[in-house]
Amino acid sequence: MTLEPGLYHILFISAALFFIGVFGFFTRRNLITMLMSIELILNSVNLNFIAFNKYVWPNRLDGLFFTIFVIAIAAAEAAVAIAIIINLYRSHQSIDVDRTTELKY
Amino acid sequence: MPNVIYIALIPLLPLAGFLILGLWGRKVFKNSSGIIGTLLLLTSCALALYTAYGYFFEYGKVAGVYQKLVPLQLTWLEFSKGVSIDMGIILDPISVMMLVVVTFVSLMVHIYSLAYMKGDERFPIFYAFLGLFTFSMLGLVISSNIFQIYIFWELVGVSSFLLIGYYYDRPSAVAACKKAFIVTRFADLGFLIGILILSYYSHTLDFNTLIQRLTTPGGSELMSATSASFLGVSALTWGMALVFMGGAGKSAMFPLHIWLPDAMEGPTPVSALIHAATMVVAGVFLVARLFPIFALSAPEALNIVAYVGAISAMFAAVIACTQTDIKRVLAYSTMSQIGFMMFALGVSKYGGENGLGYTASMFHLFTHAMFKALLFLGAGAVIHYIHSNEMKDMGGLRKHLPITHITFLIACLAISGVPPFAGFFSKEEILLAAYQHNQAIYWIALITSGLTAFYMFRLYFNIFWNKESHGAHGHGEGGFAIVLPLILLGVGAAAAGFIPFGSFVSSDGTALESKFHLEFSIAPVALGLAGIFLAMWMYKKESNRADKLAASLSGLYKAAYHKFYIDELYLFLTKKVIFNLIGRPAAWIDRNIVDGAVNLTGNTTAAISGWIKGVQSGKVQQYAIYFLVGVIGLAVLFIYIIK
Repeated sequence: MTLEPGLYHILFISAALFFIGVFGFFTRRNLITMLMSIELILNSVNLNFIAFNKYVWPNRLDGLFFTIFVIAIAAAEAAVAIAIIINLYRSHQSIDVDRTTELKY
Repeated sequence: MPNVIYIALIPLLPLAGFLILGLWGRKVFKNSSGIIGTLLLLTSCALALYTAYGYFFEYGKVAGVYQKLVPLQLTWLEFSKGVSIDMGIILDPISVMMLVVVTFVSLMVHIYSLAYMKGDERFPIFYAFLGLFTFSMLGLVISSNIFQIYIFWELVGVSSFLLIGYYYDRPSAVAACKKAFIVTRFADLGFLIGILILSYYSHTLDFNTLIQRLTTPGGSELMSATSASFLGVSALTWGMALVFMGGAGKSAMFPLHIWLPDAMEGPTPVSALIHAATMVVAGVFLVARLFPIFALSAPEALNIVAYVGAISAMFAAVIACTQTDIKRVLAYSTMSQIGFMMFALGVSKYGGENGLGYTASMFHLFTHAMFKALLFLGAGAVIHYIHSNEMKDMGGLRKHLPITHITFLIACLAISGVPPFAGFFSKEEILLAAYQHNQAIYWIALITSGLTAFYMFRLYFNIFWNKESHGAHGHGEGGFAIVLPLILLGVGAAAAGFIPFGSFVSSDGTALESKFHLEFSIAPVALGLAGIFLAMWMYKKESNRADKLAASLSGLYKAAYHKFYIDELYLFLTKKVIFNLIGRPAAWIDRNIVDGAVNLTGNTTAAISGWIKGVQSGKVQQYAIYFLVGVIGLAVLFIYIIK
């Protein structure tokens, strides 16, 4: 019996990935881990796009394009984020978010 | 017509002196400041004499009546149509006379101070203050607007504050200047309320309009002012009485006199200028300025003036008999003489022969300025020589200070009303006016003039006769600058009485024939001579007669020596009654209720904002949670609530 994956399976995985990302974002204190969590969230969105494209409108390409956009933006965002994190490390000798709370009232 | 520029220069020159010496006196004009101030005032005095000559003999009189000329009037602040604060110049007999008196006495004081204040560290500042004071007083007398007079009135108060507190390193001088300022300021509150009442009913602040509106019988302004009443007294009477309260404060009338004796803490030339000849007559001048309203429309208020004046005259004379500080004796005698001027106005009626009291009052103001300035300057020369204010340190000075002695004697004779010196003529007129209109006041005045002669000669004999002073020094009278004013004022005190004053100054501007009643002047002159001989008997030689008399009148003597405990009464009233019953509760309310409400608002806001600002914690993940909650909230809102 071949297990043909349906739309719901993929949405389930995507949702799981999204919440794993959110959980990671809120619970990790390491900025790089948080960045990775954000990537997870973005990828869960990508999965959603692909799945809807394949199962709902198989003869259109909008979902694919969107996914490519998201990947491109995510790459740029990762570059910026890494640059910020490096600068933060230089000034604070740490990339723990709880130790970088100077920007407040 | 008068030349406005000359008249305007009379007050402006002393002001220029104040500015120049005040700004650059200590650096640039360190040595020449006295000369500069004196020269400016000399010019001012010459202009005043020129103006007086022009007014009295050339343009002032139209058809036998001296006019109230307003050669200059500038609108400064307009409140509504007709009600404005103007800066103007009014020329009428009393203002012209005051111009002469103020500039002349001030000039004498300027000259005198050249020697008296020599070597003082703040010499230029002294002359600057003198200039400011002279400016304010001259501005006051030529004010054409009741609010203008109020402005200058306060300026006079400020400059007297500065001059009394000139020796600011002496605690007593500081206390005296504060006392003078607070007491006169308190009285000025009444003056201000009076101005507001008068202008509210008459819809004007201009003197001429005000007087005209409030004296026209049947006029609508007068009707409304007399028909409105408060506590059974008409608004007009209230207004005039309150205006008089301001005048009583400046003129040191009972019961607002307490500042005057203490004001003797200032330098002696200042006492001569302010507390004898000029500032203290401001109150008399104010009543005279508004005299038509007092006499024609508010006779009750004029009665108050009469009785306050008479009581002050008597009261001060009794105290003066017991004081031992020579300047304080003179201070009380000033208060007594101002009382004479006040009640002379108070008993006077308006117009013609009945206006004798008005003329007499102004006449006395004029002669008093001469002899009282002379007395103070003479006392200054004595103090300068002996370095003490106390009578017991003095005696036998007639040989050491011959010119001071002669001029002082002239002044004493003048103030005692001995013919033919100046005081005799003016005092006779006052007594005559009182005799014609109010017998009770006449008797008070008669006794007071006897007392006056007694205490003045008590002073004279104690200084110049009696025992030999131990403090006599080798240096002489102090040079030309001290002697010249004494001689000039001595001439004034001796001869000023012969001026036919009634033909120049009278209540309605028409000439008033001054009649001389020989039989009438017997009683006052006899009483005056009796006072002089009593003083001579008691004080000419060293004796214990004075002490015996004091002992036999111990209760009265003690009370008078302590100035009838008025100061203590005020202290009790202010410290015990007002501070404890009003001040403390008010302070409590202020601190706890008023401040409490404000603090409560502030603290509540601070607490709330402290709580809110915690939201901006600087923690990225917390922001993310807010964001998530917000997104979930919006999702719930759009999916389940807004369908």
